[in-house]
Amino acid sequence: MSSQAFPAARLSHLEQLEAESIEIMREVITEAERPVMLYSIGKDSAVMLRLAQKAFYPAPPPFPLLHIDTTWKFRAMYALRDRVSADTGMQLIVHRNAEAERLGINPFDHGARHTDMWKTEGLKQALDLHRFDVAFGGARRDEEKSRAKERVFSFRSARHRWDPKNQRPELWNLYNLRKNPGETIRVFPLSNWTELDIWQYIAAENIPIVPLYMAAPRPIVERDGVILMVDDDRFRLRPGEQPVLRSVRFRTLGCYPLSGAVESEAATLAEVIRETFTALTSERQGRVIDRDDGAQSMERKKQEGYF
Amino acid sequence: MPAASELAVAPGRSPQPVSASEAQARDEVARHFRATEQKSLLRVITCGSVDDGKSTLIGRLLYDSSALYDDELAGLARTGEGAIDLASLVDGLAAEREQGITIDVAYRFFSTRSRKFIIADTPGHEQYTRNMVTGASTADLAIILIDARKGVLPQTRRHSMLVNLLGIRELVLAVNKMDLIGHDEARFNAIVDAYRSFADTVGIARFTAIPMSGLNGENVIQPAQTMPWYRGRTLIDHLESVSAAAPPHDEPMRMAVQWVNRPDQDFRGYAGRIASGQVAVGDKVAVLPAGSRATVERIVTHDGDLARASAGQSVTLVFAEAVDCARGDHIVADAAVRTAPASALAATLVWMADAPLVPGRSYWLKTGTQMLTATIGAPHSVLDIEAMQARTAPTLGLNDIGEVEIELDRAVPRVLYSESRTLGGFILIDKLTNGTVAAGLIRSFPDRADARPPEAPGGAIEWIAPAWPGSDSWAQARSASFRSLGRPSILLDAPALRRGIAADVAQDAAGQEELLRRARAAAVLMCSAGMHVIVAIGATPEQAYPGRIIGEDPGADPQATDWVI
Ligand SMILES: Nc1nc2c(ncn2[C@@H]2O[C@H](COP(=O)(O)OP(=O)(O)O)[C@@H](O)[C@H]2O)c(=O)[nH]1
Repeated sequence: MSSQAFPAARLSHLEQLEAESIEIMREVITEAERPVMLYSIGKDSAVMLRLAQKAFYPAPPPFPLLHIDTTWKFRAMYALRDRVSADTGMQLIVHRNAEAERLGINPFDHGARHTDMWKTEGLKQALDLHRFDVAFGGARRDEEKSRAKERVFSFRSARHRWDPKNQRPELWNLYNLRKNPGETIRVFPLSNWTELDIWQYIAAENIPIVPLYMAAPRPIVERDGVILMVDDDRFRLRPGEQPVLRSVRFRTLGCYPLSGAVESEAATLAEVIRETFTALTSERQGRVIDRDDGAQSMERKKQEGYF
Repeated sequence: MPAASELAVAPGRSPQPVSASEAQARDEVARHFRATEQKSLLRVITCGSVDDGKSTLIGRLLYDSSALYDDELAGLARTGEGAIDLASLVDGLAAEREQGITIDVAYRFFSTRSRKFIIADTPGHEQYTRNMVTGASTADLAIILIDARKGVLPQTRRHSMLVNLLGIRELVLAVNKMDLIGHDEARFNAIVDAYRSFADTVGIARFTAIPMSGLNGENVIQPAQTMPWYRGRTLIDHLESVSAAAPPHDEPMRMAVQWVNRPDQDFRGYAGRIASGQVAVGDKVAVLPAGSRATVERIVTHDGDLARASAGQSVTLVFAEAVDCARGDHIVADAAVRTAPASALAATLVWMADAPLVPGRSYWLKTGTQMLTATIGAPHSVLDIEAMQARTAPTLGLNDIGEVEIELDRAVPRVLYSESRTLGGFILIDKLTNGTVAAGLIRSFPDRADARPPEAPGGAIEWIAPAWPGSDSWAQARSASFRSLGRPSILLDAPALRRGIAADVAQDAAGQEELLRRARAAAVLMCSAGMHVIVAIGATPEQAYPGRIIGEDPGADPQATDWVI
């Protein structure tokens, strides 16, 4: 956000959100020993990465990016990920859970275990392996009701468990980052951003995002009311299923067989934002993982260390 | 959806050719950005007791301002009559409370044409002090909810005192459920009068009272047809028009340095968020507490250098001169430097931990961007928020608010909470558990020379006089129970004294007199250091001074166990 563009003394809400996120990131790197930024290749990660570049400019962000790979992301996501490291000059660490790889864990055969092993376990492994003590994540409080009371700083035990009964109050902009031996911290610098803020910022800042967020004709099947994209030939079609081309876009991106699309003609960022104003479906509805184990699943995943 | 949503949206998807709809979308987005660039951010805290209608009111604001998505609307609970249950929009706290999850504040978001709002929603009952202080610490405006049938209640006064304490100057008295009192003007006026006389006594300078019904949406977003006698603004109109959102631009510039940016030999920048005022290239500034002077050469951001920057912005300053400046230092407008740094301060503490304050022990104190070691004195007074008056107490327990003096291990720039909510506040951190145990507001910087002795020493002395059967073990148990609560306590009995400071005292009547004298002197010293001293050396009631006399078995001691609120 160029502040020169609006020199008025009062900051816009996007400028304030930006300044607050930058403040949080700077606070972290002065007190953390080995910080890392979780990079999921989604739009929130894209915004978080831009904010990191701003926070430490002219230095590059003083931490690496970490992608917890499941081998099942959309191809377009891998394409963007592989550009990011070159574009930012930051180190990109890709971690895959070797155990999950060996067992051939996949979203078709293994259901919830797929997410548990690749994402939850994979993240714990990577944090332990590299001894990262603080990890930035792109979660927002507006994503769902249960996140509304999330802290910006969330402490995890040495075994990566979240103790919801023992959270620290967060007063003013005075964050307490002191941790006990073995503890790690998840930091959410986008806590106060809404989905609309994210889109507006991407547009205003011209931030590169995965093209899947924009509508295009894509091969899809519709399964239990969810539109799934057939991104490669590993997709298991059920009897009678036949991929058809339809104009769809994604509101959240994860493993392609677990990410629901919405039908849309919004082929450009401007149109997507317009559609988002009318918000036809709330964001997480498009993501299958939240549904398979009921409304409490997000909370449970978090307690187990999933982001 | 109604009113405050910003764009009229065609229902359904348009089958127009992409080019036309793209042009139209771009146009709309451009218009939208012009609007959002001018959008400001207002942080609001809502205060109410259970069943005053807080959830319904917040649900109404979200619902009427289109902050919801269609599937959230579809998933909403319905009431018996099939109307949408607005309160269910913001549920989610109850279940968590049952699981014992600490919820101090939940944050909700919505926006209107001119503002984005962040609502801090605090559970209204147990631990409301801790929760409300957390939510209020960042709020610009407070909505104090009143059930019109009940009027101004003790909790209304408590909530108001807390938000006033935290420096929120914009108060809205939301007189809710007007539909249940027949939209009666006289009763509304009576409530406002009652509140005004209370507000005057506690120094609340102004407030805005609005009669409303969250359930029916009267005077929330839409003006109420039912209350033609009310000619003021609706709640949303008021929220959109108050000026509280503006950060303090006209005050002297202050910025706490967060991080020194040194990517290479040629660049040295001081990164931080400007707390107040404005800074321009060429400005003379001072670095505190050292007091060295410098000139701002560049204001660096990723988007290019700026000529000037103002409160709220995160920037990186480069000086023309090489000066010592580190994390924790304040960069301030040269003209703002009038006083030397101070290493003692007087503050209001809000205690937030189960374990009470231990006077005399050292804690981490984080203020601005620095971490200091602080020794906290026993409280001069504790605000009894139920009785709304100050009382004395030896220490502070969960949710207590007290006045203390604090010694720091080094000097800090003098910034009062009344001058800056950003730099005049602090948190205390327990050095053993690393937990955040208190919020503090800096009230003054007492200079050592004329610092008064504490009015009420934090410790206490109790005499077992005369002894009764079992008094020895009673005294031991009492002292142990204080200690288990984290409160320093000691038992002075004959064996303990004769092992050390009374080893040379004879075992006769004159010796007993001397033992008493020494016990009394030791007890007074320990008490003034904040300890709870129990003296059990066979004194008579006449000899048992100063302090409290326990002359018979008081039975199980309720005070020792209920001591932490
Ligand atoms: N008649 C009437 N009832 C209301 C109004 N606002 C809330 N209520 C009712 O009061 C009860 C408590 O409301 P709720 O929003 O859950 O209160 P909270 O505990 O403060 O969050 C519910 O039965 C609501 O329907 C109002 O303006 N008028």
